[in-house]
Amino acid sequence: MAWQRRILRVDLDAGTCTEEPLNMEWAMQYIGQRGLATKYLVEEIDPKVDALSPGNKLIMATGPLTGTMASTGGRYSVITKSPLTGAVACSNSGGFIGAEIKHAGWDMIIFEGRAPKPVYLYLENDHAELVPADDVWGKSVWETDEILHAKYQDPLIRIACVGRAAEQGCLYSAIVNDLHRAAGRSGVGTVMASKQLKAVVVRGTKGVSGVRDAKAFFKATSEGKRTLAENAVTGEGLPKMGTQVLMNVINEVGAMPTRNMREVQFEGASKISAEAMHEPRESDGKPNLVTNGACFGCTIACGRISTIDPQHYTVQDKPEYKHASGGLEYEAAWALGSDTGVDDLDALTYANFLCNEDGMDPISFGATVAAAMELYDIGAITTEHTGGLEMKFGSAEALTRAAELVATGEGFGRDLALGSKRLCEKYGHPDLSMTVKGQEFPAYDPRGIQGMGLAYATSNRGACHLRGYTVSSEIMGVPVKTDPLTTDGKAELVKAFQDATAAVDSTGLCVFTTFAWTLEDIAPQVDAACEGGWSPETMLAAGERIWNLERKFNLDAGLTKADDNLPKRLLKDAAKTGPAKGMVNNLDVMLPEYYQLRGWNTDGVPTPETLARLGL
Amino acid sequence: MRITLKMYASLAQFLPPEAVRNVVEIELPDDISIHEVIARYHVPRESAHLVLINGVYVEPEQRDEPLLREGDVLALWPPVAGG
Repeated sequence: MAWQRRILRVDLDAGTCTEEPLNMEWAMQYIGQRGLATKYLVEEIDPKVDALSPGNKLIMATGPLTGTMASTGGRYSVITKSPLTGAVACSNSGGFIGAEIKHAGWDMIIFEGRAPKPVYLYLENDHAELVPADDVWGKSVWETDEILHAKYQDPLIRIACVGRAAEQGCLYSAIVNDLHRAAGRSGVGTVMASKQLKAVVVRGTKGVSGVRDAKAFFKATSEGKRTLAENAVTGEGLPKMGTQVLMNVINEVGAMPTRNMREVQFEGASKISAEAMHEPRESDGKPNLVTNGACFGCTIACGRISTIDPQHYTVQDKPEYKHASGGLEYEAAWALGSDTGVDDLDALTYANFLCNEDGMDPISFGATVAAAMELYDIGAITTEHTGGLEMKFGSAEALTRAAELVATGEGFGRDLALGSKRLCEKYGHPDLSMTVKGQEFPAYDPRGIQGMGLAYATSNRGACHLRGYTVSSEIMGVPVKTDPLTTDGKAELVKAFQDATAAVDSTGLCVFTTFAWTLEDIAPQVDAACEGGWSPETMLAAGERIWNLERKFNLDAGLTKADDNLPKRLLKDAAKTGPAKGMVNNLDVMLPEYYQLRGWNTDGVPTPETLARLGL
Repeated sequence: MRITLKMYASLAQFLPPEAVRNVVEIELPDDISIHEVIARYHVPRESAHLVLINGVYVEPEQRDEPLLREGDVLALWPPVAGG
């Protein structure tokens, strides 16, 4: 058993921390992390609850392989109801805190209620207590981390916390751990702040005991690591270039969402790419990229550690931003750059630092700034609304100032903190919001990658690339190459990716392993660690069960088939350049086939037979 | 014919020195295949994983054919991924 079989339930109203056994019957069906925590959420909250009310719960969940010697086994997820989408939220993060929670002896922490005054949880192995957070409430993530490390005089404690953006109600606030890793999407940080919970501080020294078959686990994880090391992507490409290697690829194939998705190619892509991050700059001869970095147990190490040009306008008189910190990943670089039309690498890096410092999802933040820029462009908002800020496409100053305003909840930052959907509705142009279910798009225009249109429309947490990353097949050819411009076979492809990803997200492993691994590589690791007889087939079945459980929660929350849609722009306005020139996304072709493959009726509701087959 | 050649990530090392931001204009004989272009720049064939002409993927079995035309953009990557 790689599960610790223990849950910590934190009642924020009463101020109590209680141990209870993990429901092992559910663990056999939902594995852990994403799947198992979703099961707890579904069982414990009213799906129609106001996401920011005390009736919502927030679950920090590890997987059975979190904290083990399996490569990338450091992941944890935050599961709650999203204030941004009204749907289920599940945000996955790396870094070290997931393993630390596990090493403290816990599979999950369930937070319920709302603390009467701001608190943080201090967890050291079996000792759990809620501590007044007067010294850190109102502070940024970075300040909070520093204060709490100094307070406990223990460099090995791991901290996840919210920044000022969440306290100010920004609807796409993240929970940041280890300074620059984040459970980033869907506003999970906003929920945490609404509970007056500032931070989770963890120290665990127990390790993970009871691996089912230690010898088989050693063999399976060693073979897995060898596969990752020998694979050109996970062994060489990702460590060297990071996810940012995609900037030029996606631009070349004509699927780079640009200027609020008006266009599909960005003329400045090469200036904000992985290659640009390696180029020495004129001022000090150093490149933006300092080194790569790895999360707990990871043998890929795709993380970016960067510095800003010391001569850049953003850091003048701000020495705190002149050190190396978490740099641009592709999703952040796209949203902050191409989508706003800004090609200033240092401005993007600064905005990214602020997203880490105060806990904003850089995808939703960048896309919301892009929407504001389009509203400004058409005259729907003016400098009167923005407090004098000229929100022009391509303006680095507008981008970086916007980040400062959202981080602190000042002025026009309060409008930007609403997210793209509510911002565009407020200013009378809802069609300009590039969102699904209220969540902003990631970095792939579905006119140029057809399968991603279906993946976005049906994603259970709103527009998201990590729920079914068919880019892997449609562009990179992993595991097989498919044509990005056709809808043929995409319903099946999307379903396969969604189910497999749901399973992987429930193990404690990183989904990036799947550039080299399939479930054939992962299942032996899970099976060696856990009882339950895990095979690729049973894992895939668990993934499908998890997907349908999430779907059922969303339907019960009030979402319908109408929410499985894309913005009109992507369905009506053809791509202007690139291989997809003249094309829209043909969601209408793919969606009925997808429902059929899923065993859902024409309204997108799982049939009784499907629910019975999946044990739901 | 003249085409634009782009090589990224670890393939950047094979670009001629006059390339700017991974891009260079080159002169090629007509009827040259992609594999012949790759060989001309000493790129190991197995390293040129993602091959695009004007943004469209070229299947490995097509890479011995004379597909290139005047003004085309040929872009090459090793195996890459992200997300």
